[in-house]
Amino acid sequence: MSAGQLPRWVDYGLMPLLNLAAAFLVSGLVVLLIGENPLEAVEILIWGSLGWNEGIGFTLFYATNFIFTGLAVAVAFHASLFNIGGEGQAYVGGLGVAIACLALDRFVPWWVTLPFAVLGAAAAGAAWAFVPAVLQAKRGSHVVITTIMFNFIAASLMVYLLVNVMGKEGSMQPETRTFEAGGRLPLLQDVIPGLDFGTAPLNLSLIIALLASLAVWVLIWRTKLGYEIRTFGASPTAAVYAGISPVRITIITMMISGGLAGMMAINEIMGSQHRLLIEFVSGYGFVGIAVALMGRAHPVGILFASILFGMLYQGGAELAFEKPSITRDMIVVIQGLVILFAGALEHMFRPALIRIFSFARTPATEAA
Amino acid sequence: MKLIRTLGALALGAAMTVAAHAEDIKPAVVYDLGGKFDKSFNEAAYTGAEKFKADTGVEYRDFEIQNDSQREQALRNFARRGLSPIVAIGFSHANAVEKVAKEFPDTKFAIVDSVVDLPNVRSIVFKEHEGSYLVGVLASMASETGKVGFVGGMDIALIRKFACGFKQGALAQNPDAEVYQNMTGTTGAAWNDPVKGGELAKSQFDRGADVVYHAAGGTGLGVLQAAADAGKLGIGVDSNQNGLHPGSVLTSMLKRVDVAVDTTFTDAMNGNWSSGVEVLGLKEGGVDWALDDNNASLVTDEMKAAVDQAKQDIISGKVQVHDYMSDQDCPV
Repeated sequence: MSAGQLPRWVDYGLMPLLNLAAAFLVSGLVVLLIGENPLEAVEILIWGSLGWNEGIGFTLFYATNFIFTGLAVAVAFHASLFNIGGEGQAYVGGLGVAIACLALDRFVPWWVTLPFAVLGAAAAGAAWAFVPAVLQAKRGSHVVITTIMFNFIAASLMVYLLVNVMGKEGSMQPETRTFEAGGRLPLLQDVIPGLDFGTAPLNLSLIIALLASLAVWVLIWRTKLGYEIRTFGASPTAAVYAGISPVRITIITMMISGGLAGMMAINEIMGSQHRLLIEFVSGYGFVGIAVALMGRAHPVGILFASILFGMLYQGGAELAFEKPSITRDMIVVIQGLVILFAGALEHMFRPALIRIFSFARTPATEAA
Repeated sequence: MKLIRTLGALALGAAMTVAAHAEDIKPAVVYDLGGKFDKSFNEAAYTGAEKFKADTGVEYRDFEIQNDSQREQALRNFARRGLSPIVAIGFSHANAVEKVAKEFPDTKFAIVDSVVDLPNVRSIVFKEHEGSYLVGVLASMASETGKVGFVGGMDIALIRKFACGFKQGALAQNPDAEVYQNMTGTTGAAWNDPVKGGELAKSQFDRGADVVYHAAGGTGLGVLQAAADAGKLGIGVDSNQNGLHPGSVLTSMLKRVDVAVDTTFTDAMNGNWSSGVEVLGLKEGGVDWALDDNNASLVTDEMKAAVDQAKQDIISGKVQVHDYMSDQDCPV
């Protein structure tokens, strides 16, 4: 981006805060427009998401989903690939988790099932990203088009499987049977003594998500493959000149991306719902795009952006709950504004900030 | 920390003022993903809750869920704030109601369209096949071609139950009648696809049908539109949809979710609360057919007499309408 023009703390700290403040300002106006007090709305939103232990639990639960899908989009970003198929990859990832859990839950404890579930989720998600990746690498079919088409194919496939193959007999809801204890991840509060998140479904997946963040950081900035991914992303022609195969990088990057998206299903399926059900992804894959944009495709940034979106989801639910005139659609408006300001209008404040900080810096260098 | 504590106190204060308004009961409704203004199933629940509010002046709370995690969360939020009875609309809530009702044994819960076997849960299910039978009789009589159609929403047992009742009624009236059946889809999207609903209706018209019954939520609006456009007759469902296209909607099969919600609230208020399974059929006024100014000209005296006779026969037990869900099969 514009490294060097701005101090890092401005680029990564002040700028997102400014964008966020602008988003909330506009949201406040909308809230005012429908006749509610915006300050009160913000109070409920913050209290609902961070003010009590169960609220925090739900915030982190949603954040776990966003970390996975955000990382997925971010990894692809580094290779200049825009993977917007996180939704479908996570959906199919659920299939991987469910197969592992349904096969093992009656025979072994959860910690035996977990590695298979993680593997299943990652493999299924990666497999779903593989076809678009090959089409991009070998045929030049744009990955934006193919991944979004694969979201629809994933939805149809899962409906078929849940209705005709895996569905529970005599149930009107297309879903599998509920997993036994061997297919359920323990809640975080049951593993770490002293924690209490009430009834929030916050589970061990958060730890897996944090490990995945670390792994992505190591991969991108500390390995040869990561260097190749970044080189390819910065300039494909230079990458070819340096002996990096574009086909190989495209396919590998997309599969890592798809695998990360698929792992989101561990949190929802094994950690919370304990059964594979229809449309469980409900938009988390798409929010991952916003999370990655806001987090500057860096794991630390993604972590903070995920928590922010977790707050919006949980606090938003509380807000809709407390204030009947603020419907669930209003919450979507607020989330949309945050995405708009943080993602699309990212460069709105940048020129002004650069001017301010170049002024501030010039006298300092002269003095030195 | 101080800020958070102040906020907590504020929110608690807000919750308590709500509590002070209604001393007797504090009812609540949780709608399904369709949302409370879906012109059909969820909206019927909303109508019932509004009627209760208008009749008694007792305020109620409601919530529209956004994702599956919120089913439990919403029920629990209401229960924790001391609201009771809490009515969950739709069979998708069954798992959540079962879990939360166990956690709050002193709170009254109700679920519509599914059965949860717990001492503090009232399960309300409808005999949709009986109401569908009646509109089947009407459809057969109104049809000039002897061919009638059914357009369902999502292909689940509940909707096949509508279809089976309709077919029984149509054949009882005219043993030579032909009944076409189509389902819109297999996902939740099938409840909200009026374009496809309209296309399915048109294809049935092309095959000769001239009366089409829908049980498809928002998709059905397309079915009724197509019937009105083609000069044929549609039959509405759940709410009274006669007024959507006056003169082109033969009647509506009423599924009185509004009555169920209103009754549940009223029972709780008057101390008549009971848990267990409540099956609402023709006898209980849970299902019915709609006759008003919009369709009075379409229903002849002869048709009215026939359908009233069928209604009497079902209530008295002389005619048994087969319930598809009892054996996952339709005899006709």
